[in-house]
Amino acid sequence: MANRINREQVQHVAGLAKLEFTDAELDAFTPQLDDIIGMFESLSEVDTDGVDVTSNVSDQLNVMREDVADNWGQSSALLHNAPDAARGFIKVPAIIDESEDND
Amino acid sequence: MNFETTIGLEVHIELKTNSKIFSPSPVAYGADPNANTNVIDWGYPGVLPTTNKGVVADGIIAALALHATVEQHTHFDRKNYFYPDNPKAYQITQSDKPIGHDGWVEVDVDGVKKKIGIAEMHIEEDAGKNTHERDYSYVDLNRQGTPLIEIVSKPDIASPAEAYAYLEALRQRIQFTGISDVKMEEGSMRVDVNISVRPVGQKKFGTKTELKNLNSFNYVQRGLEYEEKRQQQVLMSGGSVQQETRRFDEKTGETILMRVKAGSDDYRYFPEPDLPALNISDDWIKELGDAMPEMPGKRRERYVNDLGLTDYDAMVITQTKEMSDFFDATVALKADPKMAANYLQGDVNAYLNEKQVDLQATKLTPANLAGMINLISDGTISSKMAKKVFKAITNGEEPKAYVEAHGLVQLSDPAKLQPIIDDVLSANPQSIEDFNNGKKRAVGFLVGQIMKQTHGQANPQVVNQLLMKALQK
Repeated sequence: MANRINREQVQHVAGLAKLEFTDAELDAFTPQLDDIIGMFESLSEVDTDGVDVTSNVSDQLNVMREDVADNWGQSSALLHNAPDAARGFIKVPAIIDESEDND
Repeated sequence: MNFETTIGLEVHIELKTNSKIFSPSPVAYGADPNANTNVIDWGYPGVLPTTNKGVVADGIIAALALHATVEQHTHFDRKNYFYPDNPKAYQITQSDKPIGHDGWVEVDVDGVKKKIGIAEMHIEEDAGKNTHERDYSYVDLNRQGTPLIEIVSKPDIASPAEAYAYLEALRQRIQFTGISDVKMEEGSMRVDVNISVRPVGQKKFGTKTELKNLNSFNYVQRGLEYEEKRQQQVLMSGGSVQQETRRFDEKTGETILMRVKAGSDDYRYFPEPDLPALNISDDWIKELGDAMPEMPGKRRERYVNDLGLTDYDAMVITQTKEMSDFFDATVALKADPKMAANYLQGDVNAYLNEKQVDLQATKLTPANLAGMINLISDGTISSKMAKKVFKAITNGEEPKAYVEAHGLVQLSDPAKLQPIIDDVLSANPQSIEDFNNGKKRAVGFLVGQIMKQTHGQANPQVVNQLLMKALQK
């Protein structure tokens, strides 16, 4: 195995995604993810000399709408679809709030 | 040991647009919870955000107002984190190519001018709001997608007083552009601060701590002052500052440990694939720049150099663009600038504080304030009578009409005043004798009697002249 990613990294990324894996699952996923990264590595074989760096694969640019408000009136349907709602709010299990980060 | 302090500020400013940054839902306050939300705001699968042109324009305006370079090839990035006020589990923001970079604002602390650098500013979406009650939390996504601009300072701020001055300069400049209300008490301006100290001469920055819960510029300064001293004491006693987040306690003025930072955050930024990149044209930048109002610094120069106001007057008048515009319009109507400045700082500000309203929400107009000031200047009314007239103009009344309707005309005609003065003198021989015996106080009594006879309408200066003449006969 090429060791492009190790068990600890897989566990770390799983943690970021709020996923919990058993040891057996980690054993299984680590080589699989390694293969996936390997597959992407084949991209580096492409000759990109003279090709500009891009942040976006779409060929569209400057797609913007005018600043006009339009309320689609979806609030009650959305609340109806929420697991639980009360007084117009989405009701969720108590959040242990450390900070109201809005960075 | 001598220390130097380094302060960094991250300021979030809520933009005053009609609609959200990536969805057309209205941006409005006081709506029912979740009333201003749609499938995009809720992060439903398959929805496609679209960039609000007004937000990009505001970002350019902010960059120009803060002397920053506009990044003409810009795009959005995705910042991944889980929190229940953020249904997509990521925030669309800018990381790689923020809309503006390398700006500055000038501050003045105790007469010393200094330029504080701005590293970058970027546009992004706000999150929703949670409220907590016993076993449950309640999520309102109305604020989700409200446009923000975040402004990050360079490590140039060397004292809590400079931090305060920087925030004030930033607030004013943004307020003058009109892109935000920039009011901390209403949450349209939010401040995160970090601070570190190091022994003078040390190259490496000290370990920084972050402060939360700073709800006013004053608290920012006080929190930083406390934290600066605390860190110095830790270092002087041989300890080391640990990287942590602390909460400012408004009651005690102290900072309290909230949590220790373990490792750096892992947000896994990547370019936002749902939004095409933006190429901002020179023409658009020029168009927005040309439409920008005169900034507060320029106005202050004009007020001091051309209109003879003091630095202090000029500073108070330029607190808000509305106040400054009102002043300019009042002076344009030939009102004496010094008097106009005094009325705005005195009676007008007192009235706004009492009513808890902004100037633009009142019935006061530059025309009526100028009208009243001109009536004082030409001697028609005394400044004492003006108190009544001021009350009338706060109700939208025209000063000249009010003065005529209420007979509030100052009596300045010597031919009319002389007989009254003569009557008062002949009724008070004792006072004349007192005056002749060197008792100056007798004059005050006589003036009082004359004012009483004229129901306060006599022009005090004319009365004084005529009275002295009569007494010295």
